[in-house]
Amino acid sequence: MAVEITVLHLFTFVLAIFLGFELINKVPSQLHTPLMSGANAISGVTIVGAIVATEVGGSFSNFLGILALIFATINVVGGYLVTDRMLGMFQSKSKTASPVPSDSGTSFIGRITSLFRKERS
Amino acid sequence: MIAFVINISYIAASILFIYGLKMLGNPNTARRGNRVSAIGMLIAVIATLLQAGISLPWVFTGLIIGSAIGAVAARTVQMTTMPEMVALFNGSGGIASLLVGWAEYSRGIATNPAIALAVILAVLIGGITFSGSLVAFGKLAGRLPGRPILFANQQVYNAGLLALSVLLGIIYIASSGSRNPFVYLIFLIIVLIAVVLGVLAVIPIGGADMPIVISLLNSYSGLAASAAGFIIENNVLIVAGSLVGASGLILTNIMCKSMNRSLTNVLFGGFGGVAQEGTTQTEGEVKPITAGDAYYILEAANRVIVVPGYGMAVAQAQHAVRELANLLEENGAEVSYAIHPVAGRMPGHMNVLLAEANVPYEQLVGPDDVNPQMDTVDVAIVIGANDVVNPSAKEDKSSPLYGMPIINVDEARTVFVLKRSMNPGFSGVQNPLFYKDNTRMLFGDAKSTVTTLATEFKDDD
Repeated sequence: MAVEITVLHLFTFVLAIFLGFELINKVPSQLHTPLMSGANAISGVTIVGAIVATEVGGSFSNFLGILALIFATINVVGGYLVTDRMLGMFQSKSKTASPVPSDSGTSFIGRITSLFRKERS
Repeated sequence: MIAFVINISYIAASILFIYGLKMLGNPNTARRGNRVSAIGMLIAVIATLLQAGISLPWVFTGLIIGSAIGAVAARTVQMTTMPEMVALFNGSGGIASLLVGWAEYSRGIATNPAIALAVILAVLIGGITFSGSLVAFGKLAGRLPGRPILFANQQVYNAGLLALSVLLGIIYIASSGSRNPFVYLIFLIIVLIAVVLGVLAVIPIGGADMPIVISLLNSYSGLAASAAGFIIENNVLIVAGSLVGASGLILTNIMCKSMNRSLTNVLFGGFGGVAQEGTTQTEGEVKPITAGDAYYILEAANRVIVVPGYGMAVAQAQHAVRELANLLEENGAEVSYAIHPVAGRMPGHMNVLLAEANVPYEQLVGPDDVNPQMDTVDVAIVIGANDVVNPSAKEDKSSPLYGMPIINVDEARTVFVLKRSMNPGFSGVQNPLFYKDNTRMLFGDAKSTVTTLATEFKDDD
């Protein structure tokens, strides 16, 4: 029974791998670092596993879960922020004249709404 | 009902990850893509918090501590030390997956062989990612020697350890995640082997191969997260982890192609350590030039390319370089930056540094664009790059670099090489470029040399 579920997961895994190959083909070299650190932040999705691992079930495993959670959160938060900072520096010639105001210090809501504003051409 | 909401949220998060990753591949949408994927992560985390049985106070404590550390690190890191930072973040992801595997085992969830296998994979891959990233960090930060560290029969030990971990893994799986002391001991030995393997895998790799290692470790961290997803039977982990695994592999492949080397060669070759015999015969003599004389040549140049390498990062010369380029442009010259894909210590390293110095990305060109026009270039300024401009890659079949696509600066009318000394690059290969007739060496710290050149321009006005 449980093995069948795992096979189903395996199916998802294989499809996602192929999707990943298709998604990131032909990335210009200037984006290699942000792509890497952005993907690195996504790999912090293990944070979900860490949260689940804090479930009641013996204090030692909870301890491991919390530890995992701290590390995964460092990966997620640090990864996204550093990628955003890097990408904020990439600018084209037309942009140098009117730099975008830095996001540092704006509220979280401000960050969310800015996503839906029109991005630079 | 709540389970339904959680699962729908996971689907939404997966879609946002996919979209975000796709947008990251295009300069115009990259920043937005990163934020889209961050929102996906937020949704995944919030949905998980809805799950029953989670001790919220502890979770929030963990989230706050981790966020604080991550945010401070991300805000304060200097762009020149970005490869180190990426390696550290990567390592935290690896150890997190290892710990998730351990916690789930210790909680008694690994009761069927499939899950037990996933536990072993999460621990092995996570552990290798963790210690491998730490060693990469040590090499990048200069706390460990950047040269390959090799010892006799290294690969025999590696293979032996891997075989041992497979054997122990089979025993572990056969015991269906039993937690009796014997099986627990086996599990702990596997953890230990994973950490040791990560160290052994990265120490023999030289500094110049770091871009490949970093992107490969990045791929591993995704696969470890995926394995953790198999343990807790959670699709969002599986999907997100495998997307990262795939993207890391693609990047690794791009890096290998840019060096004309196979992945096996990088991982097992110990490049720059023992294979180098210095077969390249160097002819002619090195011709040093003073900044003052270099200025006169630059002053007359119409077309200048700048070829940066790791040395520019070490000297933190990117702002000075940008200033010199501005002065050259005011002087009527056309300036562009020729970026080799593996210049520096991580994929895209030079792009990040030049972006920090506000160089517009239209001015950055790759080897394929610049090489055909190299004969129209008056001056090529090589700043701290070495192997990526080494003509042996084209001319000398016995050179370890042979076949690697390079930037053909030797075809420019004049080449300035800014260099600290005559020591060969990280690969340890001699560079005949330094002995060519049209090459002039500007010895000294790259930053102060560039600043001196810029001052010459300013004084002249």
